[in-house]
Amino acid sequence: MLQGSTWGRWLFLGVFLCIWQVTALLLQSDQLPGPLEVMQSLWFHLTEGDLLQSIIVTLRRVFLAFTLAMLVGIIVGFLMGRYPLIDTILDGVLIMGLNIPALVIIILCYVWFGLIETAAVAAVAINKMPLVAVTVREGVRAIDHKLLQVGDVFRVSLIRRLIHIYMPQLYPYLMTAARSGLSLIWKIVLVVELLGRSDGVGFQLSTFFQFFDITSILAYTLAFVLVIYSIESMLMRPLENHLTRWRS
Amino acid sequence: MKGCRVKIANKCFGEIPVIQQLEFEILTNAFVTLVGPSGTGKSTLLNILSGLDSDFDGSLEWADGGPGRIGYVFQDPRLMPWLTVRENIELVMTDADDDKSWVDHLLRKVELSDRSEAYPGQLSGGMQRRAALARGMAIKPDILLLDEPFTSLDEPTAAGLREMVLDLWRDHSSAVLLVTHNLREALELADQILFLSKGPARIVHREALLPSRIDPVVKRDSDGLGRELMKRHPDILSGIAAYSNPNLG
Repeated sequence: MLQGSTWGRWLFLGVFLCIWQVTALLLQSDQLPGPLEVMQSLWFHLTEGDLLQSIIVTLRRVFLAFTLAMLVGIIVGFLMGRYPLIDTILDGVLIMGLNIPALVIIILCYVWFGLIETAAVAAVAINKMPLVAVTVREGVRAIDHKLLQVGDVFRVSLIRRLIHIYMPQLYPYLMTAARSGLSLIWKIVLVVELLGRSDGVGFQLSTFFQFFDITSILAYTLAFVLVIYSIESMLMRPLENHLTRWRS
Repeated sequence: MKGCRVKIANKCFGEIPVIQQLEFEILTNAFVTLVGPSGTGKSTLLNILSGLDSDFDGSLEWADGGPGRIGYVFQDPRLMPWLTVRENIELVMTDADDDKSWVDHLLRKVELSDRSEAYPGQLSGGMQRRAALARGMAIKPDILLLDEPFTSLDEPTAAGLREMVLDLWRDHSSAVLLVTHNLREALELADQILFLSKGPARIVHREALLPSRIDPVVKRDSDGLGRELMKRHPDILSGIAAYSNPNLG
């Protein structure tokens, strides 16, 4: 099953690259370089350009924003799921947060806090927080009280209750929040960099954009995609498999 | 002497009275069985005794000031799906590491030794019930609450588990409160049977069965006892419309 799906993935990638190469050859246009050209550009940026440095800078922002958003989102989501009063008070804010365009939050952060690193990270985190809070709130509402009663009757210690009875019920929701949140952050962090930072992948892309350097833009995109794939396959998926191992 | 005097004047769910004027004592070394139709406050009574439900008029007077350790085998197994059978049992124990052999012993008794590393989702319903029973006993409770723990088990397994409950009761001088709708089971195990009415639950009859089975040599003829009891109190189960098959043959 797993073997099959892995094969399918590689097959699709191969077909996709072929179509891309053929189309590029047929068009012979500056605006669609072929995969080979992009690879060469990628190698150039990696060895002689700022690619690695840019990715590290961007990843650092992603990591900070992700951690901040998860932390605040989980706390707010927990409180909202647990206490109806807090839920009533914050529900309006949450709906607003979910629907305000990312660009508005980014602009406001830069205007209010200045074109600084903190503002950039905060802008990304604020965009993601509501999503985490909503998901965690659902999880807390779905907690099975019959299982909690087991902990009550047998007087299981608070720590063990948290680790073995409470949190496992939230893990699927936390994983969903992390997943969807991470993909949202990838998208937003580049916009944030483009608008108000002088380093990172987003800044580099804006430079290439000014020179209509499509090859470099695609090379950077490719590098970025590779990073995302590695995080997914080396971190998210193993973690998820570990947390849901009992569901076989 | 430990034990508890239970006085429940009134217990309602919303407007509906579930238990009314229910009074009984459960002493240490006592094996009390509640028999009554399903859906009439028996599980509610166990929830009150376990401390999960404190919203009632009345009192629980524990002889030692508190209930001590409570083992509760719920009607549904309530195992943590993400913990193995062994981990589920160890979860409720305070010093599971020191008592590995006790857990092994319990697993053997409930015939789950070879499935101790399985997750509940991989077990049959009967196996889950057995695991829950082992968990209830793992803490060597001062009072063991059993909510129809032997239903939907095949008879040899059920018989084995009844023996296991008796063993634990004898070894650890605990009090046992068993809820069942199987009269034969009640007659086989209990010192005292409380017959409950349809809701709101009241006690319609108390039957003392002596000598107690806390003495391992005591044997019971539950079929004979049942026939004799039905002769003396033909209407004892009459309030229980759904109770047409008392498993007495």
